[in-house]
Amino acid sequence: MSNNPSQSSAPAPEGAISIRNVSKIYDPEGVNVLAVDNCSIDIAPGEFCVIVGPSGCGKTTLLNAIAGFHNITHGEILLDGKAICTPTYTAPPGSERIVVFQNGALFPWSTILDNVAFGPIVQGTATKREAEEAAHRLLAELGLPDIANRYPNELSSGMRRRVEIARALINSPKVLLLDEPFRAMDALTKGVAQEFLLQVFDRVRKTVFFITHDLEEALFLADHILVMTTRPGRIKCALKVDLPRPRTFHVRASKRYLELKSEIFAAVREEAAKAFAAGERELA
Amino acid sequence: MAVSISRSQRPQTEDRERKAESKVGAFSMLAFRLRQALTQPGTYVGLLGIISMVLLWYVLTELLALPRFNKLPGPVAVWKEFTSRTPTYGISIYTPDYYMHIFWSVWRVTQAFFWATILGVPLGLFMGWRKTFRDYTFPILEIVRPIPVLAWVPIAILMFSGIASREAPIIFLTFLAAFYATVLNTMLGVESIDEVYFRAARCLGAKPRHIFFRVVLPGALPFIFTGLQIGVGVGWFSLVAAEMLSGEYGLGFLIWDSYVLSQFQVIIIAMVTLGVIGYFFSAAIRIVGNILMQWTERGSV
Repeated sequence: MSNNPSQSSAPAPEGAISIRNVSKIYDPEGVNVLAVDNCSIDIAPGEFCVIVGPSGCGKTTLLNAIAGFHNITHGEILLDGKAICTPTYTAPPGSERIVVFQNGALFPWSTILDNVAFGPIVQGTATKREAEEAAHRLLAELGLPDIANRYPNELSSGMRRRVEIARALINSPKVLLLDEPFRAMDALTKGVAQEFLLQVFDRVRKTVFFITHDLEEALFLADHILVMTTRPGRIKCALKVDLPRPRTFHVRASKRYLELKSEIFAAVREEAAKAFAAGERELA
Repeated sequence: MAVSISRSQRPQTEDRERKAESKVGAFSMLAFRLRQALTQPGTYVGLLGIISMVLLWYVLTELLALPRFNKLPGPVAVWKEFTSRTPTYGISIYTPDYYMHIFWSVWRVTQAFFWATILGVPLGLFMGWRKTFRDYTFPILEIVRPIPVLAWVPIAILMFSGIASREAPIIFLTFLAAFYATVLNTMLGVESIDEVYFRAARCLGAKPRHIFFRVVLPGALPFIFTGLQIGVGVGWFSLVAAEMLSGEYGLGFLIWDSYVLSQFQVIIIAMVTLGVIGYFFSAAIRIVGNILMQWTERGSV
């Protein structure tokens, strides 16, 4: 059981994220709300890192800071050693850190092909024709060849999420930021979508920063799980997941998975109870 | 149910076929809609409603000739005049004058609508997109907008007295009404776009011009077309008012002129013509909108 890709077989040289002592205070009308409190996380290139925490614990705040949507109050965030977010500087969003959003953000007015080809065209890295060919190729590789001329609202939610992942991948980002992408799905669709993500991950080995409130999802996907507490958002504990890759749904019945599951449930039990008592939504 | 990942590459011809297929799909859908309209009771109930209205009009004015209604022309009289080869008052489907009036009104509305779209849509897009720009311009719009178009008549005449003296003020007044509706709806359209699309575009490396043309404009399109429909409606409204004040042709002029000359059948002819043309304008805009916004239409089928 030593298949952790971040140590043994990490071909990706880029995409190391370093979050150092990051705090974020929201200040709406003089009431300071400490959303993230002194968080430090190190994610190796090509590592699948999952942040688990109850709603409102500040995990999306972290993701938004990495993506460049807002600044932070203390600390710094580095991408491959370069500061991308500090209290005084926020690198604008860009194609090396692409977000897949919670409720999906495929442009409903564009076909799937136009959506996927969007990145290379607007960045000017490819002509329209080249970008469309690349998009066709990628969609075919991902097992989605027949939907290029459809519009997003003609597809199922699971299909849309896959297209959105394709739209991110075509830009060869260093980091994929996924903000509870499977949240609104039913259990079966979710399972299929998770397996799809794993297959993609096995192929491209990009650094993944994945947010969820679902512990089982975290276990199934991650190399590395970080559990966050709520208000203030702190990292409560970290867990290495040494389940072998490639993973399929069978892994969920494996002995090791169940061991890890009981381990992590024990670890977050107290926090879950606290959150529950505080009227927050329960963990997992 | 595992997801298969195949490495097969898709030939280009297949793609073309699919495009053609989707066009056929649009046609067959139109046929389907038409069939649906003809088989559904709603269409016939609607017709029945119109027939009852004409019947009521007939009963009130011609059959019973009740007080207050007995001065009005009834449907039979109007129809006779409308279809007469030698109309008493010179306006029927056989007289060129009738089409001249229609032509002038349509031409004026078209020009006004053109300018309202050309100026109103970009202005609305910028107002919705750039907050600073909105902060500067929105108060102006909100103060100017409630001024009734008819209050602009003297200004319009003063302003355009030099150039094409009869036409320009009429077009200006018509434009003004359509313009407000277009700007306001376009702005609301941009504001209705979910922030997440802007974020996604920026993540994907879009520069402001890409965001403008590929997020702001298409995202606001449904509201823009609502605005254009409302705009063309209020445009007709102001046109008739403007034509009543100054004009030598046009349906508004015709109504007023006929009133002055007590040619009451002609008033009704012009009014119904306005209604029918207005409907077709609205329908044309809706059709263009549906063609441009297949993503909403397709999804609902």
